Amino acid sequence: MSEMTKVTYRIRRYDPNRDAAPHYETYTIDYTPGLTVLEGLWRIKETLAPDLVWRASCRMGVCGSCGMLINGMARLACNTQISDLGTDQLVLAPLPNFDIIRDLVPDLMPMIRTHQELHPYLVREDGGEQEGPTGEYYQSVHDLEQYLQFSYCIKCACCMAACPTMATDPTYAGPMPLAQVQRYNADSRDGGFGVREEAVAGERGPWRCHYAGECSRVCPKGVDPAKAIQLLKRQMVLDYFGLRRAKCPSKLVEKPANPKRREGIPEAPKPTV
Amino acid sequence: MIRDQKLWAWHIVAGLIILVLLGLHMVTMHLEGLVPLRVLNPVVGKAPIDWENVVARGKAVTMPVIYVLLLGAALFHGLYGFTNIVREANPPRWLARTVTALAVVVGLGLFALGSWAAVAAHLLARKL
Repeated sequence: MSEMTKVTYRIRRYDPNRDAAPHYETYTIDYTPGLTVLEGLWRIKETLAPDLVWRASCRMGVCGSCGMLINGMARLACNTQISDLGTDQLVLAPLPNFDIIRDLVPDLMPMIRTHQELHPYLVREDGGEQEGPTGEYYQSVHDLEQYLQFSYCIKCACCMAACPTMATDPTYAGPMPLAQVQRYNADSRDGGFGVREEAVAGERGPWRCHYAGECSRVCPKGVDPAKAIQLLKRQMVLDYFGLRRAKCPSKLVEKPANPKRREGIPEAPKPTV
Repeated sequence: MIRDQKLWAWHIVAGLIILVLLGLHMVTMHLEGLVPLRVLNPVVGKAPIDWENVVARGKAVTMPVIYVLLLGAALFHGLYGFTNIVREANPPRWLARTVTALAVVVGLGLFALGSWAAVAAHLLARKL
């Protein structure tokens, strides 16, 4: 696509105060090498459609705000080089499986609420330790690897938009919240399997997932929510039959009695702020 | 309310039972030349579906037990899978409940009928 000089955006527009139904509008802008879909949207807003609305923040694939449907696939606009799409014709729409607030902005609150309801945090009896930590919990490298990749989730909702079960089943919790359930269940510092199990044992749990795998395919951070859901299913089935190996939440690392500084280690520089 | 966790767990167990018992069926009925199971095909020189072998198997108490177990597992696995497929179509709540209730009634009816047939066949074989 090195000869590309122009790029055409066909964007689904919808303003509930003005439009009866969503419709598409077309904009053509100059293409420059390295142009991302998000930067193209900024150019359109600056020059052609000042009322165009989308959600974005970090511009570097970290905040998860700019998830949208780009040429039929849920992606982050900031993370998508136009040259990688192999075409100069872009079709943009808001993420499916959500209500539209306006233009390219989906209403993610149902996902956020579901996420909140599934206890996505460490559940321990020593709650005070988490509010005012006095030390560190034991965790081996092996323990860390059990949940690490699931902790890379940025809640961009691309997986939710790609999930075929989400499209048909309004009761299903969805890949992101369920992957986060597994993320905390697999954490050696956590003791909240029971409360999360209670939250997902019903019809919104992992049972409706039939492993299409689209959530993992579209994830811009390389997380594998489909795998997390299968692991969650397995743990819950084993737990039902009393075969799950229960784990005790890891304990605090005891502080050394007489810490002694090793020789040859330089002092840390003094804080400058 | 029966939670989906329980239903799914038994769905998996039923699938495993079907796998084992259908494997046994395949070995007994179709791979007799390769893996001769004299317990299930006791009459030497006769095919698995010959009358002598059928009657000999029917006399064993294990056969109605296996039949009833396979019947229960297959009905539960199939009907639970069917109701899940129906729910994939996102029907109204009342329709989903109706389909589930029908699946329970049909499943229990077929299980009773099949169990009676298995036990009756066993009792008949013992008289021969």
